[in-house]
Amino acid sequence: MNAHPLAPPAALLQLDGVRKRYNIGLPNEAEVLHGVSLSIGRGEFVALIGPSGSGKSTLLNILGLLEHMTAGSYRIDGEEVSGLDDAALTLRRRSTLGFIFQFHHLLPAFSALENVTLPALMREGRITPAQRERARAVLAAVGLGDAMNKRPGELSGGMQQRVAIARALVLEPPLVLADEPTGNLDTVSADEVFALMRTMHAELKTSFLVVTHDPRLAARCDRVIELVDGRLVRDGAAVGVREGT
Amino acid sequence: MMLGFESRVATRFLREGRMQTVLIIIGVAAGVAVVAYISALITGLQQNTIEKTLGAQAHLTLSPLDDVVLSARAPASADTAALVQTQPRAQRPRSISNWQLLVPLLEAMPEVLAVSPMVSAAGLATRGEASKAIALMGVDLDRYDRIVSLRAKVVDGTARLEPGEGIIGRELANDLGVRVGDRIGIVTGGVTDSLRVTALVDLGVRDLNRRTVIVPLRTAQSLANLPGGATSLDLTLLDIWSAQTLADDLGVRWPYKAESWQQANAQLVSALNAQSVSTAVIRGVVMVVVVLGIASVLVVSVVQKRREIGILRAMGATQGQVLRIFLLQGAIVGALGSVLGVLLAVLLIGVFTHFVRGADGLPLFNITLEPALALRIAAIATVCGVLAAVAPARSAAKLDPAEAIRL
Repeated sequence: MNAHPLAPPAALLQLDGVRKRYNIGLPNEAEVLHGVSLSIGRGEFVALIGPSGSGKSTLLNILGLLEHMTAGSYRIDGEEVSGLDDAALTLRRRSTLGFIFQFHHLLPAFSALENVTLPALMREGRITPAQRERARAVLAAVGLGDAMNKRPGELSGGMQQRVAIARALVLEPPLVLADEPTGNLDTVSADEVFALMRTMHAELKTSFLVVTHDPRLAARCDRVIELVDGRLVRDGAAVGVREGT
Repeated sequence: MMLGFESRVATRFLREGRMQTVLIIIGVAAGVAVVAYISALITGLQQNTIEKTLGAQAHLTLSPLDDVVLSARAPASADTAALVQTQPRAQRPRSISNWQLLVPLLEAMPEVLAVSPMVSAAGLATRGEASKAIALMGVDLDRYDRIVSLRAKVVDGTARLEPGEGIIGRELANDLGVRVGDRIGIVTGGVTDSLRVTALVDLGVRDLNRRTVIVPLRTAQSLANLPGGATSLDLTLLDIWSAQTLADDLGVRWPYKAESWQQANAQLVSALNAQSVSTAVIRGVVMVVVVLGIASVLVVSVVQKRREIGILRAMGATQGQVLRIFLLQGAIVGALGSVLGVLLAVLLIGVFTHFVRGADGLPLFNITLEPALALRIAAIATVCGVLAAVAPARSAAKLDPAEAIRL
């Protein structure tokens, strides 16, 4: 499938004919992505849906520069990244992407504030007062102004996911990849977290790619990409996404 | 390189696994304490042994070459057999030729601290009906004092060697029933003399105390029938361990026999070497155990922290940063263990010095942990900590972030 025809001309991400094969040369060799092409523009809020085993996680890992593709092309801001080595990929990941995981994946030994300041500390080896203030502001923005010094273990699931959102956004990356960010939350918390992501998206103009099984949430995205058996079967506006899709 | 991120994460990881961290730091401390304590103990013991040994002898002694019997001249024609039988020649007391000129030459050498001429001879000490075999040593008191610190070994009387005076060993005085101020007779070959005892000395070895008689150089020259001679030159060196090298050098340069203290005490040197090797082996084994202990804890830590490592990598931590996080953990454990270990060693040394004492109530020997030695051991343990962390750190750095997060 070709790039989405409505994608902005200056796409933030551009995948062309991406294939991913596991266990190459072994009897259990399998291809999980069969020539996926898509693009995501700046400021888009995109849902990636599909049944289990459809290749969503693999696609997300490739988009997140955590896995190499077997064939195809992947450009970020027009730069081909498929041939970069681990060090270059890491730096690209650091500068371009923020991650929100299903199980929040905060570092349990660090407080909420420390978790949020980690990206800056990782990048520069120290935290400036301005960066600390920025982290406090983002935590306050996600409603955790009073829980900054608590460890993840002392927070509820929804609060932990809010910390993860703050961590993903604190350095204002162009794109946030969210892997079922509400999958581990009850409906009320899921709605709150999703609403928060939309708010942050509106404020920061950060692009979001949200993997979700929840059609209610997918319906609230600007665009929905559906993956089935490693192939894009749908790429368009969220209109028409129904429960059970 | 700023290690703010790495050090923050490393210390948090260590604090998180508190019990594990405390146990391994105690393990490292125990290892460092054993190494430091054994090193200090063996160093003290060896220094004490060497000091006692060299307290009564020179670092290096120059003496005339032995008299040798030259072999018979080879037969003129090849078909004539020569039946040669030689017997080693008896060594008579002989003087070093030109020793008066040799002394300033030796004193000018940078490695030589002191030179003392000596006339030595065998004889008998007599008093009344009693007579004892003695080793007679004729010396210049001031020079000889710089060789064996004779004045410091006086246990009774005052060291003085005017003509007609002598200093004798404590046991010999007992055997002869002599006190300071008494006179004894000296018989060497056909010459007899008498001298007044000015001091009794304890040379540290009972056998030496039983046969040592020290007299003025001129007296000994007369008793040994070597007018103006010296049978040996005793040297004290700046560095005792250079004695063998200097002896080899002097033996080649001049026609004298040069004998180092190591040659004169070959068995002692062998024993000290064996002791040093054993100590090194013990230290090596302990360090290997320390390294394995740190490594095993960090290997477990890498397994426990797989997910966190994956998160950090996904967030943009480089492989180098993850590597350094675990190397730092090794270094921190090694350094903290070293500090505790050195303190523990100082405590052990204090206990040893306080409780282990000789019959006289004094410590058996001086044992101290030199700051330089403590620093060296601590540095080695810290480096060992880093080395122990290399393999776990590499495996952590190589973790596939996607896989680590999935787990």
